[in-house]
Amino acid sequence: MKTKIKIFNMLLTVFFFATLIGCSSESSDQVSGEEHAQLTQAPYVPQAIARKHATKVIIDLEVREVIKRLSDDVDYVFWTFGGDVPGSFMRVREGDLVEFHLHNHPLNKLPHNIDLHAVTGPGGGAASSFTAPGHTSIFSFTAKNPGLFVYHCATAPVGMHIANGMYGLILVEPKEGLPHVDREYYVMQGEFYTEGNYGEAGLQPFSMQKALTETPDYVVFNGSVGALVGDKSLKANVGESVRLYIGNGGPNLISSFHVIGEIFDLVYNEGGNNALQKNVQTTLVPAGGSSIVEFKVDVPGNFIMVDHSIFRAFNKGALGMISVNGADNKTIYSGKQKDELYNGNSSSANGVNPFTGELNKSNGKEEYISKYSTGDSKVDENLLKTAMAGADKSSSSGNLFNLGQTVYNMSCVACHQADGKGIANVFPPLTGSDWLKTHSKEEAIKNVIMGRTGELTVNNKVYNGIMPPQNIDDTQSAAVLTYVYKKFAGKDVSISADEVKKVRAGKK
Amino acid sequence: MGLKKVNTVLLLIGLMNIIVSAQNRKVNIPEGMVLISGGVYTPLYGAKKDSITVKVEPFYMDKYPVTNAQFLEFVKKNPKWQRSKMKNLFADKNYLSNWKSDSELGEKVLPNSPVTNISWFAAKAYCKYYKKRLPSVAEWELVAKASAAKPDGSQDPNYIKQILEWYSRPTPEKIPQIGLRGKNYWGVFDLHGLVWEWTSDFFSALVTGESRGDSGLERNLFCGSGSVNASDFKNYPAFMRFAFRSSLKANYATNNLGFRCVRDIK
Repeated sequence: MKTKIKIFNMLLTVFFFATLIGCSSESSDQVSGEEHAQLTQAPYVPQAIARKHATKVIIDLEVREVIKRLSDDVDYVFWTFGGDVPGSFMRVREGDLVEFHLHNHPLNKLPHNIDLHAVTGPGGGAASSFTAPGHTSIFSFTAKNPGLFVYHCATAPVGMHIANGMYGLILVEPKEGLPHVDREYYVMQGEFYTEGNYGEAGLQPFSMQKALTETPDYVVFNGSVGALVGDKSLKANVGESVRLYIGNGGPNLISSFHVIGEIFDLVYNEGGNNALQKNVQTTLVPAGGSSIVEFKVDVPGNFIMVDHSIFRAFNKGALGMISVNGADNKTIYSGKQKDELYNGNSSSANGVNPFTGELNKSNGKEEYISKYSTGDSKVDENLLKTAMAGADKSSSSGNLFNLGQTVYNMSCVACHQADGKGIANVFPPLTGSDWLKTHSKEEAIKNVIMGRTGELTVNNKVYNGIMPPQNIDDTQSAAVLTYVYKKFAGKDVSISADEVKKVRAGKK
Repeated sequence: MGLKKVNTVLLLIGLMNIIVSAQNRKVNIPEGMVLISGGVYTPLYGAKKDSITVKVEPFYMDKYPVTNAQFLEFVKKNPKWQRSKMKNLFADKNYLSNWKSDSELGEKVLPNSPVTNISWFAAKAYCKYYKKRLPSVAEWELVAKASAAKPDGSQDPNYIKQILEWYSRPTPEKIPQIGLRGKNYWGVFDLHGLVWEWTSDFFSALVTGESRGDSGLERNLFCGSGSVNASDFKNYPAFMRFAFRSSLKANYATNNLGFRCVRDIK
């Protein structure tokens, strides 16, 4: 018996040691060494981690309350992690021991803290990092779960701290790393609630009321309107692979992130580390959540990033650009190959009248009378003549003006906006436009019927976009230009269909 | 029961006499102070039916926050509160760090601006020297909720908006002088818009740092920011004050935190 027990004990001991050895060889991922994290400001991302083991990473992050540009002529007091909105991008490896130093600048008015969604523990670090102005808090956590995580301030009133810009992203790379891509960028959406309406100049205070009713005036990428357009567009070359780390700070809205003219080859849904979905058009980014998308850029041009809740893109600022350089590939995308005449009424039995929205019931014999003019196009010509003769403006030229407004609302408003102010750095304004004042009627007509590409300076700002030719007839072109001149450029100019016709003939 | 009632009535009469006499014979009001006739303070604006209220007895309050010049005077008379003699236990290294020296203010501060970089211990000692004391949170909040026209401005959206605007902005490098903004209903200046102010019981603020957890912890006294709804959204300024107070320790000397004193009515 005794020997048996001895043998059994020995066996146990051996087993015990074997287990120990097994364990220690398994945990080759012990934390060794120490380094300071490199932080970057959007749209840049720190370099991929080459390290093959876990280490102690020290992150220093400073909270600053700063006055910065929200849009042209509009300033805002941003509360920031690292001086900018969104906050600094942090990159660590799964298993790393992160020692976090949160510094609250002495000139700040308020206490702040940080809740990192990458933290496993109550509050995500919020209570441990609660810091008075002029103080620093230190706490540590192990980055257990790989993925792309949002961090934000969680000091009361939490909503206001987030609404003022206190959010950013921390990437916990999986142990095996992420596949190589040619370019990585950091894009984070957030909305701003200001006392003044969109575009109202000056230092705009936070509107608690608008935040509560979730009606922001600004929905932007990377902290301001136009932060990712023009010179500040994201850059890539044809043939390169691009990875976007997308975050959404909220505080309220969910983003429907979309890149116009691109399909995401791969999406890491909600920022998890498993790429589950291929060939995605639009990815949802929850408030306080993220997404990683990858795509190869195949053709050159400007690719517009939007929140596809589309009024946010065109009216509130949620618009950025990826500028791709390189050679055309006409097989993938031809560009416009032909522009042919199309007479809806005669060629189609069921065309739609663009102004009434009614279906043409007959095969073109029945005439439709626009709600917005007093008769058919011939009557409009008469009206135009009357208008040109300088007759009573309130009636006849008023009609021309009204027709112009209708055309404007159909064809122009998406880019130039209802107020004619355009979109900062993307679409030039018509309101107060010096271009309209200094250029001839003919040139303005050309822009409408033939389109316009390339650099254009309006009110001392250089635009470089594409305005496509408008598929509207001579009368509609005349009317819309008359409307634009009177309503936005403050110029009492009437343009006739004949003038448009002449320009059209001249181009051939 | 009857005795208690009589006592209460007597007490009330007594208080009224004090108030009336104080108001009639202005001599009784200490210099630089105003009479606050007391009232009921509901922790955080926007009373709910089961919320706790605090009765605030009448007291005198300094019209202005204590200035650099006044504190310099105090330090001269009480050298143990000089910067160079300060022990970390009573004030951290930022104590009066914006002054040039123990006895000179220097270029960074104005004599007539609120003194900041002051610890709670130092503020308390100052008030005690002048036979005053620091106000409690309840006293401070009671006076601070008054707008220019009313003892309770919490229903005035413009008043709230103004406070919120100040809270949202970083502290200027040089803090402006006292008294440049209008006085409130009580005749007190600068409770909002210049600096934060110490209170005697700042540490009893109920924000734990994890503000979202507070809603469950102290629901009766402190409805955490998570439960803010349209009807009590005016709590925002109060939330910020409570958050600020609860981030402090008594030896912290912060560059946007000053104080003023109050005195009991004897």
